[in-house]
Amino acid sequence: MTRSFDFRTFVMENIPLIGLIVLMAAVSLYSPNFLTVDNLLNILRQTSINAIIAMGMTFVILTAGIDLSVGSILAFAGAVCASMIAADTPLIVALLTTLVIGAALGAASGSIIAFFGVQAFIATLVGMTMVRGLVLVYTDGRPISTGDFDVANSFYEVGGGYIAGIPIPVVIAGVVFLACWYVLNYTRLGRYVYAIGGNEQVAQLAGVNVSRVKVIVYAISGALSALAGIILTARLESAQPTAGLAYELDAIAAVVLGGTSLAGGRGRITGTLIGALIIGVLNNALNIMDVSSYYQMIAKGAVILLAVVLDGRSKATSK
Amino acid sequence: MTALLELRGVDKAFGSVRVLQGVDFTVESGHVVALAGENGAGKSTLMKIITGIYRRDAGSMKYRGQEARFANARQSMDAGIAMIHQELNLLPALSVGENIFLGREPVDSTGRILWGEIDRESRHWLGQLKQNIDPRTETGKLSIAQQQMVEIARALSMNAEVIIMDEPTDSLTDVETKILFDVVDHLRAEGKGLVFISHRLGEIFQMCDDVAVLRDGAMVHQGPVSEIDEDTLIRHMVGRELSDQYPFVPAVPAAVRLKVEGLVARGVREVSFEARAGEVVGFAGLVGAGRTELGKAIYGANPATAGTIEIDGAPMRIGTPRDGVRAGIGYVTEDRKLEGLIQSHGLRRNMSLTGLFRFSGSSGHIDKRAERAEITDYINAFSIKTHGIDAVVSQLSGGNQQKVSIAKSLVPKPRILILDEPTRGVDVGAKREIYTLINELKAQGLCILLMSSDMPELLGISDRILVMSNGLLTGSFDRGEADQEAIMRCTVAGLTEGTVQ
Repeated sequence: MTRSFDFRTFVMENIPLIGLIVLMAAVSLYSPNFLTVDNLLNILRQTSINAIIAMGMTFVILTAGIDLSVGSILAFAGAVCASMIAADTPLIVALLTTLVIGAALGAASGSIIAFFGVQAFIATLVGMTMVRGLVLVYTDGRPISTGDFDVANSFYEVGGGYIAGIPIPVVIAGVVFLACWYVLNYTRLGRYVYAIGGNEQVAQLAGVNVSRVKVIVYAISGALSALAGIILTARLESAQPTAGLAYELDAIAAVVLGGTSLAGGRGRITGTLIGALIIGVLNNALNIMDVSSYYQMIAKGAVILLAVVLDGRSKATSK
Repeated sequence: MTALLELRGVDKAFGSVRVLQGVDFTVESGHVVALAGENGAGKSTLMKIITGIYRRDAGSMKYRGQEARFANARQSMDAGIAMIHQELNLLPALSVGENIFLGREPVDSTGRILWGEIDRESRHWLGQLKQNIDPRTETGKLSIAQQQMVEIARALSMNAEVIIMDEPTDSLTDVETKILFDVVDHLRAEGKGLVFISHRLGEIFQMCDDVAVLRDGAMVHQGPVSEIDEDTLIRHMVGRELSDQYPFVPAVPAAVRLKVEGLVARGVREVSFEARAGEVVGFAGLVGAGRTELGKAIYGANPATAGTIEIDGAPMRIGTPRDGVRAGIGYVTEDRKLEGLIQSHGLRRNMSLTGLFRFSGSSGHIDKRAERAEITDYINAFSIKTHGIDAVVSQLSGGNQQKVSIAKSLVPKPRILILDEPTRGVDVGAKREIYTLINELKAQGLCILLMSSDMPELLGISDRILVMSNGLLTGSFDRGEADQEAIMRCTVAGLTEGTVQ
C-alpha cells in the first residue's frame, strides 16, 4: 500500500527523467546504432552548449524572469574571443575577458530590469536586438577566423578536444552543472533566487537585496552564454555573426521540460539538465531515423507540448 | 420557519485524512447562523461543500427543500448561495461596477455591455450598504473595508438566498462593522439565511441567532445563541476549559530600547515615542490611521523622509528592510499571504529567509544542519502543526502560518519586534498561544510594538497603548487607565485636521 504510494510520488516528481528514459528506450529499439558509446558521447557533446545556456536560464526563470538575449551574447562573445585568438592573445586572457564581457552584458540587462522596473521580456528583447547589432557591426557581417597562431590550436581543444575520452565541452558542462547545483542548493544566493521567484515582495520585506540578486542572475546567464559562445567558436575555429540565432528558445524549452515553472520559485537544475538531454536525444533520434529537418521541428514542438502538459497535470493532481 | 439549507451526515476526507464526519448543519430563513470552531476544525471545508467547490463523500444536502448537488461554485451561485471569502476575490484593476457584475454583465442583443445599467445597479446595491462609492472607481484603490462592502454588494445583486461570510469583520473598523451589522439585520428581515464565520465571540452573541460549533470535523453543537454562554461556547470549540483569554505579565521596568523622534513617512505625518526593552506597546487606530505605515517606516519598508530612530541609544539609518534587520528589528506583516510567507515554499525556506545570514558565513555557504536544528526548535517550541520541515506553507492553517511568520522574524535574533495584526484570521486557541508567546518574548527583554484592530486584545496584553489617527499620535494610555471609550475618542481625533498627503 505505502509502497505503491511512494512509487506514485516518485513518478510524479520525476516525470522529466522518466520521459528521457522512455524516449531513449524507444529510440534504441528502433535503431541499434543509438545506444553506442560513440553516439551517446556525440549526443552529450551536441547537448552541452544548450545545456550550459539553459542552466543560466534556469537561474533567471527561477526568479520569474526570462532572458532572450542569450543567443546574441553567445555570438558577440564568440566574435570577440575569435578576434582575440586571431591576435595571438594568451588563451586564459582571451577566455576570461570573453566571460567578463558576457557577464557584463547580462548584468546590463539585469540592471535595466532591477533598477528601472522594465519587464524582463522587454529588457532582454532589447538586449537581444542591440547585442546582435553589435555583433554585426563588430564582424561587419563576416565570419572571424581564429587565425594561424599556436594559440588557435589550443583554443580549438576547448571545443573539439577530449579529456580521458570525454569531449571537453561535456566536461565543462558537467562542471557548470555542479557549480549551479551547489549555488542553488547550498548558498544564500540560491535561496534568494528561489525566494524572489516565489514572492518578490516577501523577499524584499525579508531584507533580501532583490535588485542585486537580479543583476547577478542575469550576469550568470550572460557569462554562461559567453562560455557557450567560446565552445562553439572553438569547435568551428571561427565566429559566425549569425551564431546562436533562436538558441534562447531551446534553452527555455530545456528549462521548462525540466519542470521549472515559468512563474518562478519552483524548479531544479537537475531538471534542466534532463530537459536539455531530452532535446539532444530527440534531435539525434530524428536524425538517425532520417526525418527531414522540416518535420523535426514539428516533432520537437509536439514533444515539448506533451511533456509540459503531462507535467502540468501531475502538479495539478498532486495538490 | 423553514430550513433554507439542510445538511445531514456529511462526510469528507482528503486521502486518508477525515476532515468532516457526519456533519449536520441547518440554515433557516431569516436566521443568522454563526459557524464557530478553531482553525482546521473543518469550517472552510464545510463551506466549500455547500458552495460546490468540493464534493461530499457521503451525506445529503437539501436546498430550499430539494436535494442539491452542485458541481462547482458557479452552480451554487446561480442557485442563490453566495460566499464572501476572507481573502477578497475582487480584481483590483477592474472598476467596482465591473467587479460586481463580473461574468454576468448585462448586454443588449448585439452583445454590447450596458454600462448604464451596471452603473445604476451597482449604485443601488452599494447604496443599500450605505456606501457612497462610485462604481467607476478602480477597485484596487478602495480600502479593504470598502472592498468588503463591494463583495457584499455583489452577493446582494445576485439575489442570493443564502449568504456565507467568512470573517467579514476582520478587516473592518468598528464603524464599518456597525454598518455591516445593520445590513445583516436588514437581510435577516428579508428572510435570507446567513452564515457568519467569525473568531470574535462578542460578535456571535451580538448579532447571530444560532451558533454551530465544529470541532475536529464533527458538529459538536448547534442551537440558539440565547441558550449558550461564552464559556460554554469556548469549551465546545476547544474541547477543554480556556482560562483567561489574555494572560498578562506586567513589564519589568528597563532601559529605553527604541526612540522615535519626529518620524515622517508615507502615511505617517509626525510621530515621536519611546519603547522600553521588555515592554509591549500597543498601537490602536482605525484602518488607515497609519499604524502599518509606522511599523514599516521603523523597519525600513516604508522609508522615512524625516525624523530619527535610535536603538539602545545609537542613531540608526534605516532605509530598507535589510537595514531594519541589521538594526535588530523583526517585522511580522499583517498580510501573511502577500508579504509574509512564500505560500508555495516550505516551512524551512520561509522561516530561515530573513535570518539566513546566521547559518551562512561570508562565502554564502549555508550550514544546513544548523539551519535544520534551529527551524526544528522553533516548530517544537511554537507547537506548529505540520507534517514536516519542508511542508508547503499554504497547507497550514492560519494560526500555524502566523506562528511560522513570527518565528521567521525571530530567527535573526531581533531586539525589537513589530507585530502587525498578529492574530488576524487566527482561532481562539491559537490566539492564546500567540499571546503567551508575546509574553515570553517580552520576558526575554524584547521590545514589542503591537498594532491591532482588536481592542480587547490590545487592552489585554499591552503595557501601554498609543493611539494613532490620520498619521499622528493622538493619545497615550498606561495599562491601568486605558479604556475602550477613551481610546475610541482618540482614534478619530486626528480626522478633524487635514488629511495625510
